[in-house]
Amino acid sequence: MSFIKGETGEWEVVIGIETHAQVVSNAKLFSGAATAFGAEPNTQVSLVDAAFPGMLPVINKHCVEQAVKTGLGLAAEINLVSVFDRKNYFYADLPAGYQISQYTRPVVGKGILTIDLPDGSTRDIGITRLHLEQDAGKSLHDQHPTQTYVDLNRSGIALMEIVSEPDLRSAEEAGAYVKKLRSILRYLGTCDGNMEEGSLRCDCNVSVRKPGAPYGTRCEIKNVNSIRFVMQAIEYEARRQVEVLEEGGTIRQETRLFDAGRGVTRPMRSKEEAHDYRYFPDPDLLPLELDPAWVEEIKRGLPELPDAKKARFISDYKLSAYEAGVLADEQASAEYYEAVAKGRDAKLAANWVMGDLFGALNKLGVDIASSPVKAGDLGALLDLISDNTISGRIAKDVFAEMLETGKQPGAIVEAKGLRQVTDTGAIEAAVDAVLAKEQGKVAEYRSGKDKLFGFFVGQVMKATQGKANPGLVNELLKKKLSG
Amino acid sequence: MTNLTDLGLAEARDGLLAKKFSARELADAHVKAVEASRPLNAYVVETPEKARAMAAESDQRIARGEARPLEGLPLAIKDLFCTEDVQTTAGSKILQGFKPPYESTVTGNLWRDGAVMLGKVNMDEFAMGSSNATCAFGCVENPWRRRGDNRPLVPGGSSGGSAAAVAARAALAATGTDTGGSIRQPASFCGIVGLKPTYGRCSRWGVVAFASSLDQAGPMTRSVRDAALMLKSMAGHDPKDSTSANVPVPDFEKALTGDIRGMKIGVPREYRLDGMPAEIEALWQRGIDWLKAAGATPVEVSLKLTKYALPVYYIIAPAEASSNLARYDGVRFGKRVNGDTLDDMYEATRAEGFGPEVRRRILIGTYVLSAGYYDAYYLKAQKVRALIAKDFDDAFQHCDALLTPTAPSAAFAIGDKSDDPIAMYLNDVFTVTVNLAGLPGISVPAGLSSDGLPLGLQVIGRAFDEETVLRVGGVLEQAAQFTAKPQFIAGAS
Repeated sequence: MSFIKGETGEWEVVIGIETHAQVVSNAKLFSGAATAFGAEPNTQVSLVDAAFPGMLPVINKHCVEQAVKTGLGLAAEINLVSVFDRKNYFYADLPAGYQISQYTRPVVGKGILTIDLPDGSTRDIGITRLHLEQDAGKSLHDQHPTQTYVDLNRSGIALMEIVSEPDLRSAEEAGAYVKKLRSILRYLGTCDGNMEEGSLRCDCNVSVRKPGAPYGTRCEIKNVNSIRFVMQAIEYEARRQVEVLEEGGTIRQETRLFDAGRGVTRPMRSKEEAHDYRYFPDPDLLPLELDPAWVEEIKRGLPELPDAKKARFISDYKLSAYEAGVLADEQASAEYYEAVAKGRDAKLAANWVMGDLFGALNKLGVDIASSPVKAGDLGALLDLISDNTISGRIAKDVFAEMLETGKQPGAIVEAKGLRQVTDTGAIEAAVDAVLAKEQGKVAEYRSGKDKLFGFFVGQVMKATQGKANPGLVNELLKKKLSG
Repeated sequence: MTNLTDLGLAEARDGLLAKKFSARELADAHVKAVEASRPLNAYVVETPEKARAMAAESDQRIARGEARPLEGLPLAIKDLFCTEDVQTTAGSKILQGFKPPYESTVTGNLWRDGAVMLGKVNMDEFAMGSSNATCAFGCVENPWRRRGDNRPLVPGGSSGGSAAAVAARAALAATGTDTGGSIRQPASFCGIVGLKPTYGRCSRWGVVAFASSLDQAGPMTRSVRDAALMLKSMAGHDPKDSTSANVPVPDFEKALTGDIRGMKIGVPREYRLDGMPAEIEALWQRGIDWLKAAGATPVEVSLKLTKYALPVYYIIAPAEASSNLARYDGVRFGKRVNGDTLDDMYEATRAEGFGPEVRRRILIGTYVLSAGYYDAYYLKAQKVRALIAKDFDDAFQHCDALLTPTAPSAAFAIGDKSDDPIAMYLNDVFTVTVNLAGLPGISVPAGLSSDGLPLGLQVIGRAFDEETVLRVGGVLEQAAQFTAKPQFIAGAS
């Protein structure tokens, strides 16, 4: 827990997050129209999405399955009966004049999400609910000087609104929450978590209070679309509220927007939030009833989730909590790591994946799925180290070559003649040559300058183009220098 | 030759198959009758070319021996059904000129079975009305007149154009929709048969929505047999409508055995309203006697929450309508009146596009759903609605069908009750309960008022038991021998 230091002492920040996660589905929540991102405006719109007269919604079973799967992934109660309601308001990109959502009876109830903090500790954050709802279309205000254009491609796409309890206590925790939620959604394949494309958007509810005091008045920061912005927005907003309160002011409950350019939050126009949504059950849809056997079946099909994977990595591979957390964060990384670690030195594998590989991928700007070095090849490289074919140092060069050419490590070692020299005679000759050449240094060493040992190693390695087995070099040098 | 426009659906079907006349002749006779019916203002769109083209195909099919169930039978379609490339307005200016690029499931089913389209018929705006006084495109006149009184009368509503067209022989039959009585009350006012099926029996897909939990399409015909025949084609599960029931569609015509011996007919005590005209009461008693004579046993039952039905209906229906009609905003189709801002455009478009009754119901519906009023109005109404349905369940423990009057009066003059919405709403007092409970009900013409206007009796059945409703309706029809015809017959000089 961290506090904000104000003029009047410490303040506690209280945060709850509502996340809108676009469901991975080929078709919309209540129509068969396609959902691909980036299509030409109004090309993925059915008559239902455009709310033509007499058109009726029909629930997409796959979207319900995705919501249930997500609920199970959040260890949440699945409500076997839930109800779709209409949320009524007028806007040009809301064709029916109402959004179909779930108000009093959501499909998923209370659950838990465990966040990982940088010090390796974890904290359980309550999930209040998850419900299914339709997305609205998009108003384009910049296409014409006096008119607004409307793109309905997004209209009707399925969203999961996932609401947390006000359990988060810092911007850092909020960031960890969104990061973990995104990780779980990706593991489950229920949301691609792509925040830049708007597949995952956050509304952050922020208030501050003196430790132990009742909750303060909250402000909601709408539609924040990156983890960094979530943290920045909360940080700014909390400090703003502390300032207002310490100057004797009061916080007005309001909806605010985060201005990423200036790093500040500002209030939305009051007109944008003054709604009476007149929720009522949608008479076009029957209550959604789930078969418990179907829910069980979905449960059985759940993949191993990040927390379980992390725990297994710690116990099976003896990794630190930090290493396990980093490797388990993304399913693809975890799979890659396991492919490399299987039957090998797991710690060495972790070092290579998290160090050399992640570093290289970061530099290249590609994700692990499109890594030029496949897991099998990295494993083969590790094998070459452990059977003494090459040294760890040469392995770095081989790895660089692999990144560039995609060639297999064995082939690179052979082609470049990098095979480690383990022939004692050859190494001994090199050692003798170095000692003969550097007689002055040998004398200094023998008179007590121990540090020169590294120099001799370096010279021998240089003479053998780095291919001499370092263990043998050490051994021979020690023997000869002391002799 | 037989008067082709005076046939029933079943007779016309038999005549076509026996090659007594062609589908083209039948269509031509009706196209002429549609033109001749213009003084009634029943049709808002006439589709003679379509009628002739469909009839031509019917003749070919009949010649090949491939006739479909409704082959060559000319129908009028209520303007609430979306019809592909044919203007569909729901009786509202806000949809003037709107030609849907799709066909409603129900009309699609009728065309699939060979029926021929004559045109779109008038209705109260968005089906909100009981007189056709709220049509955006002028009132419909009832083809009937009071004896010794030439004032034009209302056809009832909201399916007034359907009822007037069928009564005046300007269509063999018509589709209607019924949210609170909109098939049965105009059927009663115009002396025809109107059947509201069980909620979920006919798909609502492509039917402009008024109140989604109450709306149901049904046939309006000149005989009970025709209603059975037409419902068979209209009905059926539709995966595009989540509230459409996945139940088998029986051969309704086979239910018309005329045999109701041993059946118990419930007579709900609470439907004896104070101030109900004596002749309605007398007609009801006659109906009871007819059924008794046919071997059924009348039993008194109680539907104790009847008095709450109208208030409950006038909360739930407007609530749903206020939301359903939000899509008419001038943005994507229909009328648009431009404004400086989006809100200005909404306001101007909806003020010009919607008539006073529609605006009234949107306001009522918006109010009862508002924060602070939802629990007191909408939620309470839903609870009472569930209890009303339970009342019917309890009653059906003691009987197989219920018999009631269809409406508390005969047709009234155009202009009457127009300034008093509550008096107008009372027209539906015997019919709304059925919609709230989602049950099937039929109105059968059973007699004439003292001044010569038709009066209907209503038979209500258990959910998805249209067969009993039709069987009892058929017995009433047989006993009543209702042969009177309206003063206005299309094409008769």
